[in-house]
Amino acid sequence: MNIADYKGVWVFAEQRDGELQKVALELLGKGKDLAGKLGVELTAVLLGSDMDNAAKELVAYGADKVIYADSPLLRHYTTDAYAKVICELINDRKPEVFLIGATYIGRDLGPRIAARLRTGLTADCTGLDVDMESKNLLMTRPAFGGNLMATIECADHRPQMSTVRPGVFEKLGKDDSRTADIDKFKADVSSSDVKIKIDQVIKVAKNVMDIGEADVIVSGGRGLGSQEGFKVLKELADLLGGTIAGSRATVDNGWIDKAYQVGQTGKTVRPKMYIACGISGAIQHLAGMQDSDFIVAINKDESAAIMKVADLALVGDYRKIVPEMVSQIKAMK
Amino acid sequence: MNIVVCLKQVPDTNEVKIDPKKGTLIREGVPSIINPDDKNALEEALVIKEKEGGKVTVISMGPPQAEVALREALAMGADDAILITDRAFAGADTCATGYALSGALKKLDYDIIFAGRQAIDGDTAQVGPEIAEFLHIPQVTYVEEVEVKDKNTLKVKKALEDGYETVTVKTPVLLTAIKELNKPRYMHMKNIFKIFKQDIKVWHADDIDVDKSLLGLSGSPTRVRRTATKEARGKGEIVNKPYKEAVTYALSKLKEKHLI
Repeated sequence: MNIADYKGVWVFAEQRDGELQKVALELLGKGKDLAGKLGVELTAVLLGSDMDNAAKELVAYGADKVIYADSPLLRHYTTDAYAKVICELINDRKPEVFLIGATYIGRDLGPRIAARLRTGLTADCTGLDVDMESKNLLMTRPAFGGNLMATIECADHRPQMSTVRPGVFEKLGKDDSRTADIDKFKADVSSSDVKIKIDQVIKVAKNVMDIGEADVIVSGGRGLGSQEGFKVLKELADLLGGTIAGSRATVDNGWIDKAYQVGQTGKTVRPKMYIACGISGAIQHLAGMQDSDFIVAINKDESAAIMKVADLALVGDYRKIVPEMVSQIKAMK
Repeated sequence: MNIVVCLKQVPDTNEVKIDPKKGTLIREGVPSIINPDDKNALEEALVIKEKEGGKVTVISMGPPQAEVALREALAMGADDAILITDRAFAGADTCATGYALSGALKKLDYDIIFAGRQAIDGDTAQVGPEIAEFLHIPQVTYVEEVEVKDKNTLKVKKALEDGYETVTVKTPVLLTAIKELNKPRYMHMKNIFKIFKQDIKVWHADDIDVDKSLLGLSGSPTRVRRTATKEARGKGEIVNKPYKEAVTYALSKLKEKHLI
């Protein structure tokens, strides 16, 4: 492999039901920064059918070029068809970096492609940068349940691949006046390439707020003591126009649905205000919330890790403090 | 149905602590367990065997002490256990790990390869799909239900962020299990005595079907350049007062920042 033959930053533009996923736009935001540092083009790779508008949207969000593989067989994601089309594109056009969202689809697709190309793939990166000397990608991710941050390099193989969780990077502002080359082509894929038959796709309408979108999050941990604790938190969240959320322990205990989990194995959030109640602050949790604009922690234990990342750390029992906050805020209004 | 389950022995990351002075992991005294998702994979394999007949083999790649995890799997009801261990595997990233395991799996007779979605010490979810790719077989990830339609057809339900899909797939296939798939059984008393007599097969790099230059650290495309504990955010303010006063003070601060 001649490393110098590989040029450009590619982003996988995940779509589901013809709709671009938010993470694809976030990857373009980060990809723009990396492409700038490397002095190369940023390309979005879109697979699907009837997706011309989405292709334009990718340009508006920062893509210098869009590769759009069109086929009815790509309308819905399958491992086999997607891996085939993308691997052929990579072998043909040789990008140096390929970023994929760490979604259910991205985490199914990424390793399949990396193994076929025999290149490195770093999962769930929370930081991406360029080593200006070697021009290698520096991929930082939490390890050991988030207890440690590891920076990974893939020096001798291309493309350098990484998956990134939704919510980690910020998308750029939309600019509809941008123009770029949209390279649409008929993908060479046939039904015999697809070994798995999809019988049904069922959407379960979970009546939950996307915690990634909330401005205020009132979050609970093991220290809540029981499911009832979330009722106390919810009152404050409702009053502040926000949502509740929980740590991994609360989800594992069945106190709250997985959709509300903040942390390395849950969601990454960056609200204007994050209020952590009875959360000790394992790094796996911190990884999911430490970029919040303002963090309030409420904990009986002054030495808990969460108290060190908080902008405002209240030492005490949430059972007293949270209801008191509710009544004092009500009195203000 | 012959099923091979890939197991990993992992440190219980809930128990891993950080040395606050040195900023390193304290590993001493941290218990080793079978990776939780892998246990769901094993449970499902055992359920399928009970209904359809066949054999369940567990394999694990790791240091010699990973044998403990394999014995626990035998006590749960697996028929056969293989430990893949060799210094040549040391330092393998997910790609080199998937490759080594695929080399061992090539030696085995399987209809289904079952793995956990991801291991709690790495959380990558990459080794399963990488094995499937190296073996050129299809994969279904995030499996929450499996139904055997006939000798070589499975109907599988796989989870998505906002729902699920059901798919039909022919064996051989690799499946990755999630927690929602089942509730793993405990070790069986009668098996516990049996397993101490049972041999665990030990395979080294020479015993599996691989190009040895692609194993271990030298066969790994990725390298860890550095590790660090997270840098702390800027110092915040600790409020340690009676709760009514504390709240009044905190709210005044939030008001200043236009947060309420």
